[in-house]
Formats: sequence, structure tokens, C-alpha cells
Amino acid sequence: MQSEQQYIDLYNNSRRMLFGHSADAMNAVRDRAFDDFSRLGFPTRKVERYKYTDMEALFAPDYGLNINRLDIPVNPYDAFRCDVPNLSTSLYFIVNDAFYSKTQPKSHLPEGVVVGSLNDFAGKHPELIAGYYARIARTDEDAVTALNTMLAQDGLVVYVPKNVVVDRAVQVINILRSDVDLMVNRRVLIIVEDGAEIKLLFCDHAADDRRFLATQVIEAYVGNNAGLDLYCLEETHAKNVRVSNLYIEQQAGSRVNHNIITLHNGVTRNRTDLVMAGEGAECRLNGCVIADKRQHVDNNTLIDHRVPHCTSNQLYKYVLDGEAKAAFAGRVLVRPGAQKTISEMRNQNICATRDAHIYTQPMLEIYADDVKCAHGSTVGQLNDAALFYMRQRGISLKEAKLLLEFAFINEVIDSIQLAPLRDRLHLLVEKRFRGELSKCEGCKLCR
Amino acid sequence: MEENNDNNKGTNADTRQNEFVRKVAEQKYEFGFTTDVHTEIIEKGLNEDVVRLISRKKNEPDWMLDFRLKAFAYWKTQTQPTWGHVRLPEIDYQSISYYADPLAKKAGGEEKKEIDPELMKTFDKLGIPLEERLALSGVAVDAIMDSVSVKTTFKEKLAEKGIIFCSIGDAIQQHPDLVREYLGTVVPYRDNFYAALNSAVFSDGSFVYIPKGVRCPMELSSYFRINARNTGQFERTLIVADDDSYVSYLEGCTAPMRDENQLHAAIVEIVVKDRAEVKYSTVQNWYPGDENGRGGVYNLVTKRGELRGEGSKLSWTQVETGSAITWKYPSCVLRGDNSVAEFYSVAVTNHYQEADTGTKMIHLGRNTKSTIISKGISAGKSQNSYRGLVRVGAKADNARNYSSCDSLLLGSDCGAHTFPYMDVHNDTAIVEHEATTSKISEDQLFYCNQRGIPTEQAVGLIVNGYAKEVLNKLPMEFAVEAQKLLSVSLEGTVG
Repeated sequence: MQSEQQYIDLYNNSRRMLFGHSADAMNAVRDRAFDDFSRLGFPTRKVERYKYTDMEALFAPDYGLNINRLDIPVNPYDAFRCDVPNLSTSLYFIVNDAFYSKTQPKSHLPEGVVVGSLNDFAGKHPELIAGYYARIARTDEDAVTALNTMLAQDGLVVYVPKNVVVDRAVQVINILRSDVDLMVNRRVLIIVEDGAEIKLLFCDHAADDRRFLATQVIEAYVGNNAGLDLYCLEETHAKNVRVSNLYIEQQAGSRVNHNIITLHNGVTRNRTDLVMAGEGAECRLNGCVIADKRQHVDNNTLIDHRVPHCTSNQLYKYVLDGEAKAAFAGRVLVRPGAQKTISEMRNQNICATRDAHIYTQPMLEIYADDVKCAHGSTVGQLNDAALFYMRQRGISLKEAKLLLEFAFINEVIDSIQLAPLRDRLHLLVEKRFRGELSKCEGCKLCR
Repeated sequence: MEENNDNNKGTNADTRQNEFVRKVAEQKYEFGFTTDVHTEIIEKGLNEDVVRLISRKKNEPDWMLDFRLKAFAYWKTQTQPTWGHVRLPEIDYQSISYYADPLAKKAGGEEKKEIDPELMKTFDKLGIPLEERLALSGVAVDAIMDSVSVKTTFKEKLAEKGIIFCSIGDAIQQHPDLVREYLGTVVPYRDNFYAALNSAVFSDGSFVYIPKGVRCPMELSSYFRINARNTGQFERTLIVADDDSYVSYLEGCTAPMRDENQLHAAIVEIVVKDRAEVKYSTVQNWYPGDENGRGGVYNLVTKRGELRGEGSKLSWTQVETGSAITWKYPSCVLRGDNSVAEFYSVAVTNHYQEADTGTKMIHLGRNTKSTIISKGISAGKSQNSYRGLVRVGAKADNARNYSSCDSLLLGSDCGAHTFPYMDVHNDTAIVEHEATTSKISEDQLFYCNQRGIPTEQAVGLIVNGYAKEVLNKLPMEFAVEAQKLLSVSLEGTVG
């Protein structure tokens, strides 16, 4: 199977259109990305980092692309009304891969902070974009990143200048909306300069019952002593394919808190690469997955400790039901000289049915001696004694199981810093376990 | 003032360390001598004729030759694997001689009846006396030099109980049905690149058959020695434990010190039937190369046991101190219900040694249990990796696995890595894995120092304590040797 050929042809045929609709700064790397993509091709399952997800099969179907930037009629508020109650956020929308500029939140961001269209921003500040765009998201070692870079036309930019703290969380809703099967290449660039802080919440939704393939590349640059909280919540549907590559570079003394929550999906592949580039940086990567039916979730992380005195912490929890397949592959790399590194990685999984499969691969690669690194991984079931205890007290087996599963996942949810979001997720997770559609009445799908 | 004290302490510790490092560096690899014995070595190179020649030299039946040729044909279609975390160069398989026979009669000489006294002396020097009256009464030995089994002791005594213990070459002659039934069923020749190579050119190794209900009265052991230059050793061991039997098997190995790298690609196959138990222990001490990483043995081995019977048990214990490069994953296929598998490993790497070792536990039967305890110790500029797979099949109800792999780093230029894989396809399985990597705790060192134990002794104590969990699993005869090896390999690497 030669899935890549259709994308190579597509690029050759529509190169002019791609260039015509995008800013120069984004076009500057397009040809290089194309060369890399043509050379690499889609990774096979023999490639260690893609062992658990067959990329070629995911990219094989013939999806439509909106290269000509046709306006897709949508009212995002109509498609999405699942506001998080009590969470006062600055709300933005991305429809497919385009920043939706027709509605702007009432609240104003602090001066200098930009949340907007990547393409527009690249047009206005090419010098800034040139220093960051496609720098850590290297096109020569990941075919999906290369594909995204060569086809991306818009997306989101978040720019927080030096020493500016954005108090109010910024919520970005990614809405997939189309009347035909659609491929979307979304690009996000986050720049948090020295001493700045921001909390970001990305929610993925699919408004139409179509097949979607969304590739996403997020590059996040976190400056000295800066802070970034990044929450990603996926609630799409069974026909949705999401391939997301997240790259983070942390400078000295910076803090990153990243949570990735997959509740509903079709096939999801999340790659997270984090580089500790400055001493004293700290990061916490958390994730939870609740999957059933034939859902497929693959989380792949790499934490690269390049300098001494950094701390990293990972916790991923999965509950699998039905015929779900899920994988967690984490790798902590401690480079020579990165002394006093503290790194912990935990992955815990519950397989609730015989047909659910879990693959887990927590890896440590350590080239420095004065470090404390640990990883733990478990696959198991709910505690029989605890179930028995609850049943003795008149709680039905079903309810008791729910309580335990709920408690299991809560460890991840509880680490979320935004209290209203935490409450909301508690509710969503409970609904999810009860098999109710975890969408509110307002959504198009629910009506 | 305090600062000064600290500095002094540091300098003292450094001096001590340097002294010790020097002492240890001067200590030669104990078994690095060569034996001057007439050895018949066939032409270098590997082709179908060589495979036929080896088979002819061993006077093998046609089915054996077929097996070899099929394996060779498959090997030709394969390329050397590169996934290991080792810097294994592209090996020139044509520059190795695949058969070396130290027992061969000299051209025109008379038929030898006795073993060359030089050979006897060699094994004496290695601590493996081949005369039964001198040997430890508890251990029967199959001594193998290069491609040929020199002698198997206590053969007759074991035969009284129906136990077959001989070289695999003899077994093919004397018990062809048994060998044919089991050979290649645990590690098929298509298993991997080195398994195919071994299946094509293997020479002596041991064959053990324990009949139904027999508990082997003594430890069985094989001792492998590489002596000849420019050769590789490709031994093959097959152990079959029939219903309700028990055997404990030991394996040891050494090689001379040479600047060249010698290849050792072995296969060990173990079949464990109903309620039988096999204990397999290895102390691997191939020549590790010198302190600059020159020379040393490439140890690329496929070892696997299949627990075919209900309630069977297999336990691998390994102490890996030698070899320039180790690529070795003693594995268990838990096919029988209620079967139990264990893997205990201490891997020590120093200087430029590289080890990528671990295990595979494949749970297929119901109520199966496996335990993995792995301790890695890296020093110098070495790289030490644990790579393991735990797979629970869809029918393996109530499978249970516990893995723990710890790494200890001595020195800032070495590396310790963990690559565990877990594939679980059953909802009743409980699989746990934990790993830690750290250096020797300063608190523990300080505690020992406080009580008057010098740093280097304290390190020895701590390392030994750290490896104890595994060393305790070794049979008595080996435990002593292993402990000694551990201290020689390690002491002096830290101050």
C-alpha cells in the first residue's frame, strides 16, 4: 500500500494554491517538509514509535481537503454549547483548521497577548514566526509532522509577552464541521516568553457525522521561569481519526502542566515530545483514557532531559471496555551530564473485558549517574475485596464497579488546576462510565 | 572551614578510588590464557558446502543435514538485526571458521585414545576437573572446547537412573528419535537471524533427557570454552524434562584474551512437561575485552524454554559479567495450565561492555505465573539495558506477572536503560512492572563510613546486597563463583 503517494500528488497539484493562501513564513518551510515527507513515507509498525498504530491504513482513505479555503457555513455557538459552567474563560473557536474570527470573547486579554489566526499573525510578524515555526517540530524525523507542515494553512497562535500573566484561562474549541469526509491539518504555535504564564484548554469536537482525519502539530515554547498549563480534551465520535504531535521546549525554571483526556474518539494517536532545555525546569504530563467499543488510543511520550536539575512526572491511566485497543509508550531520556534529574513515570490500566487490549511500554534511557528515575506500570482489574465490601452494604455490582473506576480515573482529573474544569470533568467522566453521551443538550448531535 | 573539609574528603576519596581502580585494572582477566593443542580448523567462510562438511564431520543422518540446509537457506534471506541497544558492528560472517576440533587426530598420527593432557590441564586450570575422582561429587560436567565436547563425566552413573546426559552430537547418533522429536520445536530456525545461523552450523552442546518421575541426583553442568583463533562457537543445548522430573542445570563459559572479537551464537531449548521442574543457571564470563574496549566476545544467544505441561516450572538465573556485547533474552512460553516461570538476572558491565538482556514471558495457559527480577549494574563507559516482554494471550485466564528491574549506575559515563513491553489481551490478567535507576545512596555510604567501614568496602557490601536477591537463587557451587566475579568486575569502579 502506498498511502503517501496521494499526498505527494496532492502537493504537486495544489502547491500554488497552498502557497497562495498562506503567509510567507509558513510557506518558507513547506518545500523542505514536502521533501522530508516524500523521503520518509508513512511509518510502518516496525518503526518503534509507531508500533501500535498503523499510520498507513489511517491515511489511506480518500479524504477531501479544503485547500482553497472555502468558507464553511457554521455558527460555532450553534454547533457547540457545552460551556463549562462557572469556568470563566476567553472562548475561541477553530473550525476545522481555520481560526474563526467572527466571534470574539467579550473579555479582553492583557495587553500584548495574542490569541488568533496563525496565518494572520505570520503575515504580520514574520520575523517572530521564523524563529519558532517548525523549529522543534522537526519535519525530518516524523512523517506526520512533515505532512502537517507541508499542508497546514492556518491554525492558532498564542503569544504571551514577557512577564505577562494571563489570569483567565483561554479555551479553544476545535470543531470539525463538514458535509463530506474531510482531512484537516491544524497547526498551533504557543509562545510563552520569560516570566509569562497562561492556561490553555483545547476541546476537540466533531459536529457532523462524517469521517474526519485531523492532524495537529502543536509547538510550545516556554521561556525562563514561565508557566504553561495545557489541557486537551477529546470528545469526538467513532469515525474520527486524530493524529496529534505536541512538541514542548522548556527553558530554565519553567513549569509545564499537560493533561490529555480522551473520552470519545475513533482512532487517536498522541505524540508528546518534551525537551528540558534549561536547568530547574519542571513538567507534569498526565493523561486519562476511557475507551470502549472499537476505540483506539495510542499515547506516545518522550521526555528529553538535556540539562541537570530538572524534574518530570508522568501519570497515565486507562480504562478499557468493549473491544478497545490502547497503548502507552513513554520514554525518558537522561542525556550525559543531566545530573540530579528526577523523573517518574506511571502507567496504570484496567482491562474490563477479554477483547480489550492494552500495550504498555515504559522506557528509561539513562546516561547520567546521579539521578533518580523510576517507572511503574500495571495492568489489572478492580479490587475484588472492595467490590465485595460495597455489595455487602447494598450497593449493586454495577454501581460498585462504577465507583471504583471513577475513583481510579480521578487521580488524573484531580491534578487539574482549574477547579471548574475539574468539576466538569468529574461529571463528564461519570456520564461516560454510565454510557450516557457525555454531551449536553445543546449540541447539534444531542438534539 | 566546612568547605575545606569537604574538599579534603573528596580528594581522599578520589585518591583511594584511583588507587583501587589501578589495582583492579592491573588485575587480568583470570581465564584469558590459551591452550596450545592441535586443533583442526576448517576453512574460513560460510556456504552450503561448509554446512554439509560440518554435518559430515559429525557423521549426521540425512534429516539433520536437511534441517541445517533449510536453516542456512533461511539465514541467507535475513539481515543482521539492529534493534538492540548495542553498537554491534556489521559482522563479516565469511571471515569466521565455523568448526574447530581440538580432539582431531594429527594428520598421519595414530588414533587418540586418551584426551590430550593439555586439554585436561586446561579444564583443571578453569576449575573443572574432568577426572571423576577429583570432581565435586555433586556435579556432572559436559566440557566443550570450541566445536567439540571433550568429555562428559558421570555419564554412566546417570544412565542408571535413565538420565541421558551427553553432547548433542552423541545424542544425534545414539538417541536420534528423541532429538528429532524436540530439536527446533522451542526455537525454530526461523526464529531470528542468529537462531537461523546457529541451526545451520551448530556444533556440540549438551543434551539432557530426564525420564518420567526422576529427580536428577546431581547438578548437571556444561562448560564452554573458546580456544582457537578466528573461530566462533555455535553450541546447541537441548533439555527435555519429562513428567514429574526435576533437574538443575548450570552453564559456565570463558574465552582467551584476544584483540579480535569472537562470535558466540548459541541456542538453548528447554522442554518442560507435566509437573516437571527445570532450573537453569548461567554464570557468563566470556572475555569482556580490555579497558579500552578492544577485543571481547560477542555473545548473541537465543534461549527459550517451553512449559508444555500442566503445573510445570522453569527458572532462569543468570549472572552476566563477561562479553563485549551481550544480546540475550532467556524466555519462557507458559503453555501449560498452572505453570510457573521465573527469571533472575544480574548483569554487570564495565569499561566499554554493552549488554542488552532481559526476558520474554509469554502466558498462554490458564493460571500461569511469572516473576522477573533483573538487576543491572553499569560502570566505566558501559551500557546496560534491560529489555523484556510480558504477553498475556486471550486464553490465559488469571495470568499473573510481577517484574522488577533496577539499575545501579557507578560512574557518570555509563548508561542504564529499561525497555519493558507489556501486551495484555485478557481481562483477568494482573501484570505489574516497576523499575528504578539510581546511584548508590549517599546515605547508605555515609552510614557505613560512620561505622568505620571504608568506602570501597561499603560499596562492595551495598552492591552485593543489591544483587543478593538473584545470587541466592544460584546453586551453591555457582553462588561463590558469582559473588567473586561480581566483586572483581566491580570493585574499584567507585570511590
